Amino acid sequence: MILADFLLAQPWFVWLILLPLGGAASTFVLPRRVAPIGFCCALLILAGAVFSVCQLAATGSLTQAAGHWSAPLGIVLRADGLAVVMLATTAGVGFIISCYALGYFPARGHEPSRARYFWPLWLFVWAGCNALYVSADLFNLYVTLEIVTLAAVALTALEGGAPAVGAALRYLLTSLVGSLTYLAGVALLYAGWGTVDLSLLSQVLTEDPLSRTAMALMICGLLLKSALFPLHFWLPPAHGKAPAPVSAILSALVVKTAYVVLLRLWFEVFASFDRAMTAHLLGALGSAAIIWGSLMALRQERLKLLIAYSTVAQIGYLFLVFPLAGAETAATVWTAVILFMVAHACGKAAMFLVAGTIQQTAGHDRISQMAGAGGPIGVLAVVFALASVTIIGLPPSGGFFAKWLLLNAALATGQWWYCPVILTGSLLAAAYVTRVLSWAFLDVRRNVCPVSSRVMKWPPLALCLVALLLGLAAYGPVRVALTGAPVTGHVLVEQRP
Amino acid sequence: MNDLSVYAAAGILLFFIGLYALFFRRQLLSKILAANVMGSGVFLIFIGLVKQPGQSTDPVPQAMVLTGIIVTLCFTAAAIALAIRLKELNEEHHSATRPEDDFG
Repeated sequence: MILADFLLAQPWFVWLILLPLGGAASTFVLPRRVAPIGFCCALLILAGAVFSVCQLAATGSLTQAAGHWSAPLGIVLRADGLAVVMLATTAGVGFIISCYALGYFPARGHEPSRARYFWPLWLFVWAGCNALYVSADLFNLYVTLEIVTLAAVALTALEGGAPAVGAALRYLLTSLVGSLTYLAGVALLYAGWGTVDLSLLSQVLTEDPLSRTAMALMICGLLLKSALFPLHFWLPPAHGKAPAPVSAILSALVVKTAYVVLLRLWFEVFASFDRAMTAHLLGALGSAAIIWGSLMALRQERLKLLIAYSTVAQIGYLFLVFPLAGAETAATVWTAVILFMVAHACGKAAMFLVAGTIQQTAGHDRISQMAGAGGPIGVLAVVFALASVTIIGLPPSGGFFAKWLLLNAALATGQWWYCPVILTGSLLAAAYVTRVLSWAFLDVRRNVCPVSSRVMKWPPLALCLVALLLGLAAYGPVRVALTGAPVTGHVLVEQRP
Repeated sequence: MNDLSVYAAAGILLFFIGLYALFFRRQLLSKILAANVMGSGVFLIFIGLVKQPGQSTDPVPQAMVLTGIIVTLCFTAAAIALAIRLKELNEEHHSATRPEDDFG
C-alpha cells in the first residue's frame, strides 16, 4: 500500500521529459554506447507512461509548478487527459520505433555514424513532444515546438543526399515562419492581458480586435507547422526522403504536436469567441486536404511518398473537428479526434516501418517494380495491408471508431456535407492501398530477395495489431481522454439522419 | 503616438519585410537572413507593445525575447550548416549545375 501511494505521488510526467533529455545528453558522453542508452531510455519512458496513465485514472488531472514557481511567473506543467493519452501514444509508438531502429541503424554496419546521430536526436524529439503535451502556457508551447522541430529537421537530413538535405532545409525555413507567426500572436496576447498561462488567459480573455488578430496569427502559424492543405508543400519531400524510422517519427508524432497546441487554443483559450467563420474555413481546408492528399497519394510512384501524401490527407480529418464541435457534440468530436490521433500514429508508423523493410529487402521503393517480388515482400505486403486498415477506417480499427464519431457529430449538427467528404476519403484511401497490394501480388517470377532481419519485421506487425484492436478496447483511451477535458456532454454514438 | 508604439510599428514592418523576402528571394542565404529579420520584428513587437508608459519595466517579456533570440540563433546555425552541406553536395554532383538551389 505504501509503495502504491509512493508511486502515485510521483510526478511521472515530469520524469517523462527529464528521462529522454538526460539520455540524449549522456549519448554525447558515451558515444560508443548510443544504441543501448537510447533503448534503455525508451523502455523507462514506456514504464513511466504506464505509471502516469494509472496515476491519471486514480487521481485525475495533475499540475506541477516547475521549481515551485506558480502561474503568472513560473512554468506550470499539467497532465490532463489529452496530455496523458498523447504521452502514452508517444511512448508506445516510440518504443516500437526504437526497437525497429536497432535493426535499421546497426551499430556495426557500414554507416555507424547514422546510429550515432539518430539516437540523441530522436531522444530530443521525444523529450520535446512530452514537454509539449504537458505545457500549460503559450510561451512554453512555443519553446517545446521549436525543440521538436529543430531535432526533427536534423533527423530529416540524416539520409545525407542532396534531396534529403534540401527537404530538411525547406522544412526548417517553413517551420521557422510558422513558429514566428505563432510567437507574434503570443506577443499580442501578452501585451493585452499580461499572462501566457492557458487557464488564466481563458478566464480573462475578452473578444476585441487585438485578441482576434492574435488568434488569427497563432492559428496561421500552427496550420503551417501542422501541414494543412494548401500549406502542406514541405511535408511530402521531408517525410518521403528521410530514413524509414525517421519518417515514422515525423508522420506519426511530430505533425501532431502543432495540432495539439491548436486543440488547446481552440477549446480552452479562445473557447468564448464567436468563431463560426474560422471553423468553417478550417473545415473546408480539411476537406480539401482529404481529397487532394488522397488523389496525390493515388498518383505516386514511390511507396514512401504515397504514405507521406496519405498523411496530408489524414491531417485533413483532424481539422473537421472545428466546424463539427457544437454545443452538444463537443465531447463526441473531442473523443473522435483523440482516437483518430492514436489510431493514425499507430497505423502510419507501421506503414512507414514496413515501407522501410520493403526498401531494404528489395533495394528500392518503386511501387511498379514490386510486382510479384516473392516471399519476403509478400509477407510484408500483408503487414502493410493490416496497417492500412485503420487508415482506411474499416472496423474494428481505431480509425473506424473515430470516423464513426465524426459522422455522428456531422449528423447531429446538421452539417451533412462533411459525411460525403469523410466517406470519399475512406474510399480513396482504400484505392491507393489496393494499388500497392495489387502490384505486390502479381504473379511474376523474380529473383529471390534477401530475407530481412527479424527485428525489422515484428515491430510493424505489433503496431498494426494495436491500431487494429484499438476499436475493440476504445473505452479505456476514451475515458482517459475525457478526464479533465475542456468539453462536456455525452459521446454520441448512434445518430440517425 | 508614443515611443513604444513606434517600436511596435517598426516591428510589424520588419515582420512583413522578412516574410516577403522569405517567399520571393531565391538565394538561400537571403532566405535565412529574411527569417532573422522576421524574428527581430517579432521581438520588437514583444518589447514595444508590452511596456505601458508610466509603469515599471516588466521583466517577463524580456526573458521571453532572450529565449526567442536563442531559439532563432539555433535555427540560423542549423540552416547555415544545412545550406553549406547542400552546396557541397551540389558541387560533388556535376549534373546539378545551379550554384544555389532554388526553393521558390
